[in-house]
Amino acid sequence: MPLLKLRESQIMKIHYLTGICAVFFVAIHILFRLIMPFGQSLEFHNVVANYHNMYYVILLELILVFISIHGFNGLRIILIELKQNQWWESTITILVLAAMIGVVAYGTRTIIIGSQL
Amino acid sequence: MGIKSNSENNPSTGGDIKLKSGREGLMGWLNPTRYGWERVSYWLQRLTGVGLLIYFIGHIYETSSLVNGINAWNSMLELTQTTGGHIFLLLVIGASTFHTVNGLRLIFTESGIGIGRPGRPDYPYDATSLNYKQKSGIWVAMLLAAIAMLYGGMVMFGDVS
Amino acid sequence: MSEETNKIKLKVYRTNYNKKESPHYDEFEVSVKRWTTVLDALLDAKSYSDSSLGIRYSCRMASCGSCGMKINGKPRLACYTKISELNDQTIVCDPLPSFPRIRDLVTDFTEFFSHHKKIEPYIHNEKVPIEVVNKDDLVEFKQTPEDVDKYLQFSYCIKCGLCYSACPTVATDTKFPGPQALSQAYRYMADNRDSGESTRLDIIDDRHGIWRCHFAGSCSNVCPKGVDPALGIQLLKGHLIGITKNDKKIATLRSKEE
Repeated sequence: MPLLKLRESQIMKIHYLTGICAVFFVAIHILFRLIMPFGQSLEFHNVVANYHNMYYVILLELILVFISIHGFNGLRIILIELKQNQWWESTITILVLAAMIGVVAYGTRTIIIGSQL
Repeated sequence: MGIKSNSENNPSTGGDIKLKSGREGLMGWLNPTRYGWERVSYWLQRLTGVGLLIYFIGHIYETSSLVNGINAWNSMLELTQTTGGHIFLLLVIGASTFHTVNGLRLIFTESGIGIGRPGRPDYPYDATSLNYKQKSGIWVAMLLAAIAMLYGGMVMFGDVS
Repeated sequence: MSEETNKIKLKVYRTNYNKKESPHYDEFEVSVKRWTTVLDALLDAKSYSDSSLGIRYSCRMASCGSCGMKINGKPRLACYTKISELNDQTIVCDPLPSFPRIRDLVTDFTEFFSHHKKIEPYIHNEKVPIEVVNKDDLVEFKQTPEDVDKYLQFSYCIKCGLCYSACPTVATDTKFPGPQALSQAYRYMADNRDSGESTRLDIIDDRHGIWRCHFAGSCSNVCPKGVDPALGIQLLKGHLIGITKNDKKIATLRSKEE
């Protein structure tokens, strides 16, 4: 398991970097909702139109990856502080990795299908 | 002092000395008062972090409804574009602003920037790491979160775009 | 000249796990003066009301670190806390949180000391043997006052355990070394007589090591000696992550002939 072999300082560097990158990209994502009246920006055809823009698709994918890593790593940190035994730590690490991959996969599916609509 | 904790026998003290672990457990986390602003910011950072993670998962799920066509999307909007949904989104805006600004402050302070340098301690032994320069970062985070929530409220409930 | 006296209520946590006594609070009414400390009040209660009160204390001047306890919800040294500064007519004394309890206000420091020992709190220097057998082997490190100032405040630690009690991570994480041990790791890293930086960084760069500190600052908030453990820990993190560099030059030795 690659995560188990990473030093904690390396994991924290990833945590900081993904956090900073996520801020930048999420800010752009939010600004997209404000280029037209808020309610209008949520209409189906306007949302789908965004998915036809390659740069927007890349932006969404990056947000997915960065926030999944940052968020689930944060959850892992909170949970391993609650209980300390080998079983709990291994289980939490595996579940967190699975959740990261699962959320990214599910979001990517939406992006791919949305871009074809 | 060779007393073992958690109900282990200790021959050096000549008998069964049972000790109860004095750890505060989760209550130690949940009470953010007593220790100053940095403890409050630790508590809020965790709370907003977990809240934002839950929101993120929900958001990925709700936006996936667009793959099922316009009807599914509109049903999702009916559920979320309500007064309750907007208030919830306001909280998310506040939480994300606080978490971001405080997170940036923590990246700096946890790298040793903005917390001062070691010196010779003297009465009243004020800790240099708890200086106002980095402490004001917490207040700025709270202020920006309040401003963001105000603006978000004006966009969602008012006529501002 | 007569000093004004005031009566306060002292509530003390009582228990004896050895005798399976369930925890309860005993109340004592104590007369206090302007300068009366919590320790004075406890000893007054022990002398005149209940001699079975279990308290650990020694120097009575915030130098030994023995009398740490939770006073009105916050870890403090009983000898260093005046009743008047608490602004309360009821003073509640509990044993230090996050330490196993023995009896009444007395707690067990074994785990706390073992965390401290794990970070190897002594000078690592290959040029100097740990044990000096021959008097001619005695050497002196050339360390300037400026070099000393880089770690001096961390050497003032009296191991009272208040920082360990206040820490939110210690509250749940049994493997976390605690602010005292981590700030001592910084103390030795900043000391230019020590060359054991990589050994100590390996020890603390762990799943439950230095990175479980989140700068809640409670340790520095309660430290009675101005050690500011949070400062040491964040500076150490800066070194670990590569943002700041430890540019110390190992102190040279002055031999007997010089």
